[in-house]
Parts: sequence; C-alpha cells; structure tokens
Amino acid sequence: MDKMTIIAVASIVAAGITTGFGTMGPALAQGKAVATALTSLAQQPDASATITRTLFVGLAMIESMAIYCFVVSMILIFANPFWNYIIAQSTGK
Amino acid sequence: MRLSPDEIIFWQYKFLKLNATIVFTWGLMFVLAVGSKLITHKLSTGMKRSRWQNLLEIVVTGIEKQIEEVGLSQPQKYIGFLGTLFLFVAAASFCTIIPGYEPPTGSLSTTAALALCVFVAVPFFGIEEQGVRNYLKSYMEPTFIMLPFNIISEVSRTLALAVRLFGNMMSGAMITGILLTITPLIFPVIMTALGLLTGMVQAYIFSILAAVYIAAATRVRKPKSKPDTKNIEA
Repeated sequence: MDKMTIIAVASIVAAGITTGFGTMGPALAQGKAVATALTSLAQQPDASATITRTLFVGLAMIESMAIYCFVVSMILIFANPFWNYIIAQSTGK
Repeated sequence: MRLSPDEIIFWQYKFLKLNATIVFTWGLMFVLAVGSKLITHKLSTGMKRSRWQNLLEIVVTGIEKQIEEVGLSQPQKYIGFLGTLFLFVAAASFCTIIPGYEPPTGSLSTTAALALCVFVAVPFFGIEEQGVRNYLKSYMEPTFIMLPFNIISEVSRTLALAVRLFGNMMSGAMITGILLTITPLIFPVIMTALGLLTGMVQAYIFSILAAVYIAAATRVRKPKSKPDTKNIEA
C-alpha cells in the first residue's frame, strides 16, 4: 500500500472509531445524570428550578466530551493536514 | 464541505479579509444595538407600556433572577457582561431562521474571542471584589501544591467554553447541510428546529458557566476562626 492509501485508511477508520466510541461514554453518563435528577425531583418538587438548572449545566458539560470527539472526527475527514500535505506532494510531482 | 463561515470571503485586500463571520457578527451587533435603542428611547414607568418594552423587561428581569440564583448577590454589576453574552449567542443562533444566514458562532474565531472575554473578566471581577492580594491567594486555596492545577483549570475552562460552543453550532449547520443532500424537505426542517433548540440551550449554558466562574472568583472567603479556648479554661 502506498503512502496515500495508508493515510486515507487511517484517517477514515480513526474518524469512525472516534465518533463511535466517543459518544458511548457521555450517553451513559447523561442517562445516569437524568435518572438521578428525576429521582430527586420526585423527592423534592419544591426545588425543581434549582435541580433543573443544575441538571442542564451538568448535561452540557458531559455533552462537550462528545462534542470534542465529533470535532476531531470532522477535522480528520474535512481538514486533515496529513491528507492535504500528501495531496500537495503528489500533485506537485 | 465548508467547516465554518470563515471560508466565505466577500472582499480581500492583501491579508485583510472580509469574510461571512465578520459580516454576520456586525449585522447582529447592528440589529441588537439599534433595536434596543429604538425600543428604549422613550421608556414609560406607568401601567401602560409598549409590547416591545414589556418583552425587554421580561428578558432583563429573567437574566437578573438567574444571575442572583447562581450566587452573585449584586446582579447589576455583572448583568452588562453576562446579559450581553447570553443575548449575542442566543440572537446568533435564533437568526438561523433567516435563509442564507450562517451563525457566526459556528466559527472557532468567534467562540475563542467570547471565551477569552470570560477569561479576562473572571480575574477582573475577582480583583474588583476582593483586592489583588486576596484574589491571588485564592489560587492556593486548599493547599500550596494546588497552584499549578488551579492555573491549568483556568486555561482549560476557557478552552472548553470555546470548543463546546463552536462544536454545537458547527455540528448543527453541518448535519443540516449533509441531510439536505439525502432527504429533501422534512428531515432538514426537523434538524434545523433541533439546531435552534440546542443553540438556545448553549447560549444559556455559556452565560451560566461564565456566571458560575465569576461567582467562584468573587465569593468572600471568611478567615478561619480559631476556637475560643481561653473562655473554656476559665
């Protein structure tokens, strides 16, 4: 396999695995967070404003982990510096 | 496949570029500033007021209440900064309804600039509230060894703010663009609506996190009182 093929295969496989595995962890964590929030809401409905606000802030922090993985995948597919370099080299030849 | 509105360039002179991000940012600033000025140039304090003034009052008192709930006891000092953050990001995401518009927060430059504003504002408000010595002492809060970790956490919080907002906005625009090539009408409309919702949530999250960081920097630390042993012995 020549260099171009290796770079292309590695980028595509890495992008797929990054998004695949990277969204599993945050999904589990967000499920746990919402479950605990629902339990505490059932126990103390008066504090629902505080609980809801804290829940949303926590969900956003957990979500940002999945967003990091998504950004890395996008960079690998659309703004890949190694791919740009090898293309520039092969068209320059 | 366009990653950000930075790549649409309207005019270029050597290295100065006028790209879509700058044009949309200035457009938003113009709309927000001129709109607010028009609505508030004749405020009425009686029972009869215009609908737009009512709307602005709802927005301002809502933001004030949220800032107070986070723990900042004097929301007037911070509402200029935090309210502007929220309104800018919310307006940037809300205007995606207009066809041909790209949210400027979908570009890493805009979100990095907003995160840098928060990075500068937190020590600014902390020093204004507590004085330079006390604020710098707060970096060694639990023990002296935590100093590098506190500094690293400051920097990483800023980076996380920037990338979180950028990732959410960019993913919304990109997924809508990809889906448009697959299914013509229904699915992209639903995804745009979902993008609107996440945009509003992300605006709220950005300003609430900024408020929480400022509250953590400005809370007054009471000195640890020694137990009163003299009276017990007597």
